[in-house]
Amino acid sequence: MFWYRSYKSLGNLNVMPNLLRTVQLALKSLMLHKLRSGLTMLGIVFGVFSVIAMLAIGEGASQQAQQQVLQLGATNIIVRSVKPPRETASQQNADSFVLRYGLKRADYDLLSKTIPTVIQAVPIRELVKACRFLHREMNCRIVGCTPEYVDMNHLSLAQGRFISDKDRREKTNVCVLASGTADELFQYEDPLGQSVKVADRRYTVVGVTRSREASAAIGGSLSGQDFNQDIYIPLETMRVRMGDLDIDRRQGSFSAEEVQLNQITLRISDIDRVMSTADVIRESLAHNHKGSKDYSVVVPQELLKQAEQIRTIFNVVLGSIAAISLVVGGIGIMNIMLATVTERTREIGIRRALGAKQRDITLQFLTETIVLSGSGGLIGVLLGLSTPTVFQLLKTLAEQFFFESGGASDFSQMFKDLVPQVVPSSLPLAFGISVGIGILFGLYPARSAARLDPIEALRHE
Amino acid sequence: MSFAAQVVNIEKDYMLGTVPVRALRGVSIDFPHGDFVAIMGSSGSGKSTLLNLLGALDRPTRGKYLIGDRDVSQMTDDELSEIRNERIGFIFQSYNLIPQYTVLENIEVPLHYRTGYPRIGKDEQSRIMHLADLVGLGDRMDHRPFQLSGGQQQRVAIARALVNDPKIILADEPTGNLDSKTEEEIMGTLLKLNKEGRTIIMVTHETQVARLAKRQIYMKDGVIAGEGLFPG
Repeated sequence: MFWYRSYKSLGNLNVMPNLLRTVQLALKSLMLHKLRSGLTMLGIVFGVFSVIAMLAIGEGASQQAQQQVLQLGATNIIVRSVKPPRETASQQNADSFVLRYGLKRADYDLLSKTIPTVIQAVPIRELVKACRFLHREMNCRIVGCTPEYVDMNHLSLAQGRFISDKDRREKTNVCVLASGTADELFQYEDPLGQSVKVADRRYTVVGVTRSREASAAIGGSLSGQDFNQDIYIPLETMRVRMGDLDIDRRQGSFSAEEVQLNQITLRISDIDRVMSTADVIRESLAHNHKGSKDYSVVVPQELLKQAEQIRTIFNVVLGSIAAISLVVGGIGIMNIMLATVTERTREIGIRRALGAKQRDITLQFLTETIVLSGSGGLIGVLLGLSTPTVFQLLKTLAEQFFFESGGASDFSQMFKDLVPQVVPSSLPLAFGISVGIGILFGLYPARSAARLDPIEALRHE
Repeated sequence: MSFAAQVVNIEKDYMLGTVPVRALRGVSIDFPHGDFVAIMGSSGSGKSTLLNLLGALDRPTRGKYLIGDRDVSQMTDDELSEIRNERIGFIFQSYNLIPQYTVLENIEVPLHYRTGYPRIGKDEQSRIMHLADLVGLGDRMDHRPFQLSGGQQQRVAIARALVNDPKIILADEPTGNLDSKTEEEIMGTLLKLNKEGRTIIMVTHETQVARLAKRQIYMKDGVIAGEGLFPG
């Protein structure tokens, strides 16, 4: 007859049918002081909202970082020239006006020919020069590149063609304009077949690329790139027409730099070999450059790992801040419930006289606290769902007031591109925490209410 | 002979700050079924302490208190709650209704604390309606206490005291806050309940109210000073 006995004992703990009623009565008591209950709830509302919002922003930032890294290519390794700091530069080149640094064509040969896991190597030379068409002039980034550049950077063509191998071999004077450049220089004309004047030489336009969103900076080692102010010409053409020397004359001063290549993008055969190949590349370059750090090796895969680490730190820090606000909300609830217990001492006495047991009183006040924190949590979750909208709004406001001048610093660029992603699991988590806070901070006031002496409580004015 | 309630030589000591107070010093009273007792006495005579013990709100320090055949003096807190819920109906001087509840909800309160927490069914609902009619508040079930006069509030309290059909009704100065006309009405209701067979124990200091009871007990300094009316 065990089942019967256990059924009976269940019957004694028969709280479920009354749960709805208990919640109703709790709501009734809370509605008695609407403003007070509302303000108390606000603490939990903001706590839950901030938990969800912080996690959403963290998730958005991490997805942004991942996307950027994927744009760079997970199987790619990027080697870039870095201008050395001025002091070391002046020591090394004390006898010369010309600052020589960066990657050499010898480096390109070394990397592309001696490392078997490198299946493709794309060298680039960049210079900023004034470009003209008729009377219109603008400063453009002249990119000397190879046909692979277009795939490597996920560019597509709106008109014409990109640079071909034939152009490279014959060192022809052709160029491909980025959409921004084309719009600026050719406001009324069709750019195809026209010629653009760069550094006293004319280049025939053979193609125009589609506009592409700028890539943001990652981890400081790779600055953001705006692909819309570019002019692409064959690398070989650039070498014979412009040379390696870039002389910058200004009033009263003169500086010259000699750089052979600005960047080499290497594609690795196998994603598992990226890290080991990166080590080999570092070794070989260190040998070639004899210890001078005028280049940097960027491994997107490493960046991905860094991004993950940063995200974890981000989440922990943001999560702690949100948790603190939740705890503060919980303390607010506890405070109000203690005041409520004092205020309703007489009611407690009446209930005890009419037969309420201690646990009935505990349950009553605990339910009130949980209803309070739970509804706060619910509102917080709804607010949390609106995080992307709210963030978008803030962004629009911020852009109007702070970034008007178009100062596309790395930070503001990152801020502009950030789209918070609400993490689905954070919704039940935050709601659960709010209910948990209700139980945690409600237990003490509820217990102290239940422990009141009924006679004293009845006498309470 | 069986009694509705019986106190046997009970004593109650408590600490008032650091000073021990002997509030009751050996009180024995038998309450036969259908009794109507008025307990009188000046303040500090121990009548409130006695009423608290009779209401199972507290346990005596020494002595026995029997309700029916059950000894209350050894019960746990939960058992005391059960006894209060099932066997005793309380009527207070200041009515003690729950302010945020309507008349109906106030009458329902003792039903929520019944053993095993059964649902309030059709039987209970019709019983509440019957009680409300009995005390003449059938048309004010959705009123709040502050919308009622003192007499009406006390009648709600009486309906509440009766909802679990207790054998004993404890009334602590039930007419203390009421005018003489309302006092008559309330006392009329109590007398009617007494005729139905309920035992009523009432604390009062008004002789004209005490006179309506079947017998009067006068208390002084924690003991029973005598029975009968002591005018003045």
